[in-house]
Amino acid sequence: MNWEFIGKYLPLYERAAVLTVKIGLIGIAFAILVGLLCAAIQYYKVPVARQIVAVYVEISRNTPLLVQLFFIYYGFPKIGIRLTPEVCGVIGLAFLGGSYMAEAFRSGLESIEPIQKESAISLGMNHRQTFQYVILPQAISVSVPAFVANVIFLLKETSVFSAISLMDLMFTAKDLIGLYYKTTESLFLLVVFYLIILLPVSILGTLLERRVRYAGFGD
Amino acid sequence: MPDLGIDVLFKGTNMLRLLGGLWVAARISLISIVISMPLGILVGALMTMKNKIVRAICRIYLEIIRIMPQLVLLFIVYFGTTRAMGWNLSGEVASVIVFTLWGTAEMADLVRGALISIPKHQYESAEALGLTKVQTYIYIIIPQTVRRLIPLSINLITRMIKTTSLVLMIGVVEMLKVAQQIIEANRMTSPNAAFGVFLVVFLLYFLVCWPISMLAKYLEKKWR
Repeated sequence: MNWEFIGKYLPLYERAAVLTVKIGLIGIAFAILVGLLCAAIQYYKVPVARQIVAVYVEISRNTPLLVQLFFIYYGFPKIGIRLTPEVCGVIGLAFLGGSYMAEAFRSGLESIEPIQKESAISLGMNHRQTFQYVILPQAISVSVPAFVANVIFLLKETSVFSAISLMDLMFTAKDLIGLYYKTTESLFLLVVFYLIILLPVSILGTLLERRVRYAGFGD
Repeated sequence: MPDLGIDVLFKGTNMLRLLGGLWVAARISLISIVISMPLGILVGALMTMKNKIVRAICRIYLEIIRIMPQLVLLFIVYFGTTRAMGWNLSGEVASVIVFTLWGTAEMADLVRGALISIPKHQYESAEALGLTKVQTYIYIIIPQTVRRLIPLSINLITRMIKTTSLVLMIGVVEMLKVAQQIIEANRMTSPNAAFGVFLVVFLLYFLVCWPISMLAKYLEKKWR
């Protein structure tokens, strides 16, 4: 292990890590928005839009992110849509993550028995109150494990961005391996930086899951 | 409507080559699945054992494999171990190693989840009825576990197939790489081929994974 090398190229990895996290977070934020929208459409059974969402979910869940990115990055310019790698990354992550998030939210909402809604209405709550005080808190506590798993999954998926020439952690590692043949050091830094990004999220997720498990309704 | 270059695929053996690339990816995932299923069942069963040390070792293995992106694992095995150990590993062998390790971890977690989801009273009732330990497992526990497990493991297969697209990054010539080659070769005659060819790749992945995940969904509903 050559520590001098590690010290020298640490800033390069830092920059790459910041980029990875930035695109990851923006992509996940959009994925959550898409997911909420899709889950709402499916929950309220909006005609037509519901079928479109169903098709979108199947397409997005059954294709790899790498293929989606290639299509967006190399295919779209041919029909006149030119995008920077960063924008492609965000769009790809939102497209892939949207369906995973939608499934997480939908399963949460659907796990609430109709009796909950009926009881709330018979207690004199209006629709907004029913949703806000009865349905949503229970649905959230059911969706949290899937939600956390999705966030970690999407952060891990950002590793394929190097394929569309984004200077992320993978790209940096591969570059250094190719340039200086310092494989061990480059891979060591790569693993350390991914751990720095992913471990806190994983631990926070576990804590969050424990925190919301207060609603043991039904069993 | 501009020329989108799908016709490129019908020239010569291009479509066959593309499907050959798909087969490379499918072969890697098939071999990995066949090896990792029994290993995963074994590790999963070990994780429900009372021995704390065995459980801790399995847990550590599981967490290490699952927190790293698969691409990082591929890099470590393909670039890292070959440098450290001085052996020569082809990209395909490296991918099979990585996907087997990863598949085993994921499968083990599914098996563990399925096993602990069987309520304790199932074991106790079996014992009260006078069944031996072996009988309890054969007639009571395993049939219930398998029903919960099969849809989940089918889902794991689709995830495995999707993830094999990553092997492009360690130089395995699979479908995406073949697609790039075809696009490059026809750059002059069909400049827009990138759209059509990648669209076809996209659809092919969908056509492979979609029926499998539909089957998983169907079994999950049927056996609930």
